[in-house]
Amino acid sequence: MAVNRTNENEGFLTSRVDALFNWSLKNSLWPMPLGISCCAIEMMAFAGPRYDVSRFGAEVFRFSPRQSDLLIVAGTVTYKMARVVRKIYDQMPDPKWVISMGVCASSGGMYRSYSVVQGIDQFVPVDVYVGGCPPRPDSLLKALMEIQKRIQAGETLTQQRRPEKVLVD
Amino acid sequence: MANSSRDKDNVAQIVRALEDKDTSAALEDPLENYMVLNMGPQHPATHGVLRLLVKLDGETVVECIPELGYLHRGYEKIAEASTYMEFIPHTDRLDYISPIANNVAYALAVEKIAGVEAPPRAQYIRVIGAELARVSSHLMAIGAMAMDVGAMTVFLWAFREREKLYDIFDLLTGVRFTTSYTRIGGVAQDLTDETKQAIGKFIDEFPHHHAEIIKMLNKNRIFLDRVVGVGAIDAETAIGLGFSGANLRGCGIEHDIRTFSPYLVYDQLSFDVITEKDGDCFARYMVRMREMLESVKIVRQALERIPQGPIKADLPKKVLPQKERVYEKMEELIHDFVIVNDGVNPDVGDVYVTTEGSKGELGFYIISDGSGHPWRMKIRSPSFCNLQALPYLVKGQMISDVVAIIGSIDPIMGEADK
Amino acid sequence: MIEKIEEKLRAALGENIISVKEFKDQVIVEARRDAIVEVCRFLKEDRELEFNFLSDICGADMLNFVDSSSRKAYLAVEHDYHPEEVPTAGRFMVIYQLTSLRNRTRIRVKVRVDGDNPVCPSLTSLYPAANWYERETFDMFGITFEGHPDMRRMYMPEEYDHHPLRKDFPLMGVPGSIPLPRK
Ligand code: SF4
Repeated sequence: MAVNRTNENEGFLTSRVDALFNWSLKNSLWPMPLGISCCAIEMMAFAGPRYDVSRFGAEVFRFSPRQSDLLIVAGTVTYKMARVVRKIYDQMPDPKWVISMGVCASSGGMYRSYSVVQGIDQFVPVDVYVGGCPPRPDSLLKALMEIQKRIQAGETLTQQRRPEKVLVD
Repeated sequence: MANSSRDKDNVAQIVRALEDKDTSAALEDPLENYMVLNMGPQHPATHGVLRLLVKLDGETVVECIPELGYLHRGYEKIAEASTYMEFIPHTDRLDYISPIANNVAYALAVEKIAGVEAPPRAQYIRVIGAELARVSSHLMAIGAMAMDVGAMTVFLWAFREREKLYDIFDLLTGVRFTTSYTRIGGVAQDLTDETKQAIGKFIDEFPHHHAEIIKMLNKNRIFLDRVVGVGAIDAETAIGLGFSGANLRGCGIEHDIRTFSPYLVYDQLSFDVITEKDGDCFARYMVRMREMLESVKIVRQALERIPQGPIKADLPKKVLPQKERVYEKMEELIHDFVIVNDGVNPDVGDVYVTTEGSKGELGFYIISDGSGHPWRMKIRSPSFCNLQALPYLVKGQMISDVVAIIGSIDPIMGEADK
Repeated sequence: MIEKIEEKLRAALGENIISVKEFKDQVIVEARRDAIVEVCRFLKEDRELEFNFLSDICGADMLNFVDSSSRKAYLAVEHDYHPEEVPTAGRFMVIYQLTSLRNRTRIRVKVRVDGDNPVCPSLTSLYPAANWYERETFDMFGITFEGHPDMRRMYMPEEYDHHPLRKDFPLMGVPGSIPLPRK
């Protein structure tokens, strides 16, 4: 977007539609907080008074996947839960992004056991991985900013050109 | 399907009435069928990944079947594969609202079977940590319950207080959230003066904020209508169903492991065991509210009486030496190496040690074969046992009360699913 | 305390009590499997003992359980090590933790369950709380409780074939035993 001021009195605005679209989209992400375990508490802190995610326009937590465009998987995903996570992801309308919060969701973390999926990227595409057990709310904010950066950079309307994955830690 | 014969009868009756032009025909219960509703595992009011299958007649719950296991992480199997020391970080994530209380419970269980006793200063520090954890857990319980019945403000207030507690945990243990604070035979770091001051400041201010919440909720018509008389249970059924902790005390039973079989230094501190008689959601809420003040009282006494001295027992074969000494002394280095690799080798046998966790009776049952790994470790998690009463509590209530009841039981699925 | 319990139990139940021990101040009663309901009923209904609260039920797999100190002693004198195998006749143990809220005491009752036909009588008629504890034990060890109203798995998916806490089950599970959704 640019403001063109060739003549002092006749300024006009140039932009592409998708730049405008991306700009508005990135500042009004509606997260779907999939709080499964301990990380969910830090995710609540991220929405809470101190870290206050509304500064980034993403405070509208929607508990219905159909109204949201950012899936935050916060917690340990077990095999039993995997189907649910996938279903929620499928229900979300495009364009959509996924943050894998915490080492559990990203790689199975400290649970090398028979019931825990060793990384949710085995069944949903992940955009940003956040390290930490649990990540501090700041890291999650950083992840949100990464998503915003990607929205600004990517062609959201088609969601074709996805930049590579990001790791925040 | 089961009603198909009745349907046929109904259809026949309607046809007959039409043929007779009898307009007064009444079916004997035209809408007699149930709806089965699925709540969860991803539902904001189920506090994590609890799934409920609710059978409804209109809006009344006829039957409810909880389905667990969406967060079953295999703790007991992991414990068998790790040394006693290695399991401490896992205890944080059991009841992740009050990690220190779990650390303490686990350390006590291992100490019992290994025959170690923590020095007095460590015991006081543990009491302080566990009670602050209880406050933070109850705050969460109340905030979440209030949010479930529609009072968002209390949730934010509770979180504001919890953030202060997180800062204290940060000072005390080095992290906000997953503390891993206790060691077998003591605690990881000492309580510094700075931490002491921070705790002192918190417990001075807390009663004021506590009163705010009370003021907000206890005379609030909407809140009262949603919780008073909802989800009531009598004492005998509650005992039969394995209720414990604040939930059981809400039914008028004075059962608190801190006085039942005192551990740490609880027998030297004075506090009341809070009970309420009604056994409904409001009683459970009130028990939690009042218990927070008792916890603050305990912390205050503990801060006054805490003695100087070591924070780890002096038993080189069982207790990890202080890190600074490991870098300086050969023996300490060897002991550190042996304990980390071989583990604490306790006596052969089995013990069941319980503590009053934030949710109720938190027990660890350990069978040891004398090696560094537990042969079998069972976690008696209070949330699991409390949840068992849920089908009983919601029976005959409205569907919208189910969320209030779940909130009042305060289950944490990390612990319930293990 | 322990003498009194032992005396009472032996008087009332005789042969069904195998041993009464004390370890680290905790009372442990070993009973015969088929008599577990009677033993618990006695402990619950006796006026003096009154163990009215069932804290927990858990299973344990004692496959090849040996005291590791004897293992070490063997190794020290360079013997070939032959662990005395626990015969399948007593492979599993089911452990009941009872509490008396009034007397402020605890007791632990253990029974042995065979490995080839793991069944055990259910306590649900006595303590409603046993319901979920027994389901959990079934899920983890495959011990079936006779007379249980709803013997299903507690944690693992219904169609799962294995019992994770058995000692012969690997920590990382059986690959592919639970399908993941397609990407
Ligand atoms: S990453 Fe750590 S804090 Fe987050 S869910 Fe996993 S264990 Fe819990």
